[in-house]
Amino acid sequence: MAGGVSVELDQLLVQFDKFVAVRDANVRIEPGEFFSFLGPSGCGKTTILRTISGFLEPTAGSVRIDGKDMAYIGPNKRPTALIFQNLALFPLMTVWENIAFSLEMKGVAVADRRKRADELLALIALDGQGDKYVHELSGGQKQRVAIARALCAEPSVLLLDEPLSALDLKLRQHMRTELRAIQRRVGLTFIYITHDQGEALTMSDHVAVMREGVIEQIGDGRSIYDDPATAFVASFVGENNALPGRVAEVRDGMALVDTTVGRLRARIATAARDQLRVGAEAIVFIRPEALDLDTAGASDETTIHATVIGEEFEGPNLHLQLRHESGTELRASLVNKGRTGTASIGSSLAAAFDPMKAVALPSGALSAEE
Amino acid sequence: MTKRSWLGAFLDRNGLALGLYILFAVSFWLLFLIILPQLAMIDFSLRHDLPAAQQGGPLDVWTFENYRHFIFGLPGNPDGWNRLDVGVFGRTIVAAAFVTILNFAICYPVAYYLAQVAQGRQARVMAVALVVPYWVNEILRAFAFRIIFGATGVINSTLQALGIIDLPIDFIRADIALYAGLGYAYVLLMVFPLYNAIESLDRNQIEAARDLGAPWWRIHTRIVLPFAKPGITSGCTMVFMLAAGALAAPQILGGPSNLWFTQLIYGQFFESVNWPRGAAYAIILLVACTLLVLLVMRLFKVRLGEIGK
Ligand SMILES: Nc1ncnc2c1ncn2[C@@H]1O[C@H](COP(=O)(O)OP(=O)(O)OP(=O)(O)O)[C@@H](O)[C@H]1O
Ligand SMILES: [Mg+2]
Repeated sequence: MAGGVSVELDQLLVQFDKFVAVRDANVRIEPGEFFSFLGPSGCGKTTILRTISGFLEPTAGSVRIDGKDMAYIGPNKRPTALIFQNLALFPLMTVWENIAFSLEMKGVAVADRRKRADELLALIALDGQGDKYVHELSGGQKQRVAIARALCAEPSVLLLDEPLSALDLKLRQHMRTELRAIQRRVGLTFIYITHDQGEALTMSDHVAVMREGVIEQIGDGRSIYDDPATAFVASFVGENNALPGRVAEVRDGMALVDTTVGRLRARIATAARDQLRVGAEAIVFIRPEALDLDTAGASDETTIHATVIGEEFEGPNLHLQLRHESGTELRASLVNKGRTGTASIGSSLAAAFDPMKAVALPSGALSAEE
Repeated sequence: MTKRSWLGAFLDRNGLALGLYILFAVSFWLLFLIILPQLAMIDFSLRHDLPAAQQGGPLDVWTFENYRHFIFGLPGNPDGWNRLDVGVFGRTIVAAAFVTILNFAICYPVAYYLAQVAQGRQARVMAVALVVPYWVNEILRAFAFRIIFGATGVINSTLQALGIIDLPIDFIRADIALYAGLGYAYVLLMVFPLYNAIESLDRNQIEAARDLGAPWWRIHTRIVLPFAKPGITSGCTMVFMLAAGALAAPQILGGPSNLWFTQLIYGQFFESVNWPRGAAYAIILLVACTLLVLLVMRLFKVRLGEIGK
């Protein structure tokens, strides 16, 4: 099987009439990498994928695969295989005919096609099911057939458009592990699209977070989660408490921001180092799990006083809904260490945080899901 | 399920009044407009052509004489078989099949374009452009074709002006005008079943095939055509049946030496006034066409129920 190759997007612009679906995308995806595009519905993920696979031509900029410019090379001539959001298996063909379709197009003899299809059926653990029709398979099995069909074309890059979105949660988690395992085994470059951030973070080597056609940040899961580049990334990936305010002081990569819950100290995000000046509008992001009821060693600038207005017990975690006297609401997630009675509804408490785990960013659009 | 419970469920679902109306309308339609007239035709076809005075008399007995005549002709016929009538019949079936294939070849690209390529306004304009010509009635359209294909018609004069031909081509005698006229008459009946079938094909199927390396023509043979098979069958069946049974177009556009089988039937009814023989010929055409359609469907592995899809 062909190994993975690199994929580069260079100043990519894709327009539908006047509407700009993807703007100034610059991405380099390394050979053999599992790369995800993450973003809310309509942000241009599918558009990027269709441009890479050749169904759309860029309005400007270029797509390079293995260093070669792909301009005007059709989808059937590119070393990519696309797995569609709805799989698009062929209903009138048997499972093995589906899988071996690309070989049929190359004019490979029936016996050899069948043999290759059977090998791939073994790879996806569907041995002996080649003569069934697609409608006789379960959702997860269809999924695997779609992967096998794409792999059979021996692509160097596999493009996956939210292939797990139609599955139920359990199966989805199972298929994530399986996909990642297949990717390691075949060593191909996987480009994966999802609007599920858990999926992106667990599976990918690198993630690009998109909003309205613009890539806001590219990085590994950890940097996206811990060191977001924009307010949108901070609010879209994972849960976050957003506390808007104005910068009062900047020193040594830390900022003091006057927010509705008082003056807070937070680390300035790496991407925002040069942007946060005194007097600028900023947002302090504090993850729920960064808030702690243990206030020992905390200063005023790392403590928030609030009333408990709700709680959700989840077993390993206890989620508290807090309200500051200004009306600002916050969420805190505490690890269940057997302490009870410290936080009953209506009680007042002080929640402290490590200023290195709070992130200050220039104000900007937040995720609508927040 | 028993008949009674089926009927009960049907009436429950539609309410008594509507249910009874539907039952009445459908049975009226089936019984009085289809079954009884056909039975009457069969009855006619099995009788001798007798003057009114002898009808119901001792000579009025059932006979296969009319069918025998179709195959063997008049008694003492030197050929041993009815060369004229069987010949016309054969040519009509072949020509109708040819018209059907021609029609399919013209309509498939149109239907595909309309269903999968054209978008919004363009698709609507195209659909209207397809329908509007049918506001002109069939006879007028046939005459228009006669004029277009005539010796001094647009086509001949254009070809002559361009110096491609010296003498006008006799499109009428060559039956080209007839094939064109029949083909054109049933464009809609072909386009819409095809359109319906192709329209329900998921675009992603086409793109997936392309992505997996299929050249455009393989996408059609392997994905679109198999998927559209029910639509193709219903379109082709309708066009074939109607072309074989057409009367006006052959009457107006047919060459003087080439009769259409329906013209023979018409002649038996209204010129020879031999209703029994006319009925027999009509039934021969009906049965032959039906058998042929069923045969072709079996060949292409289409089931009757699928056509309704
Ligand atoms: N063919 C098209 N013509 C016009 N606009 C389009 C077309 N395809 C997509 N768009 C627009 O481009 C934007 C991005 O679409 P895209 O399909 O890439 O979104 P997405 O990120 O894949 O969303 P989802 O998660 O819902 O699949 C959307 O606003 C959409 O309306
Ligand atoms: Mg999409």
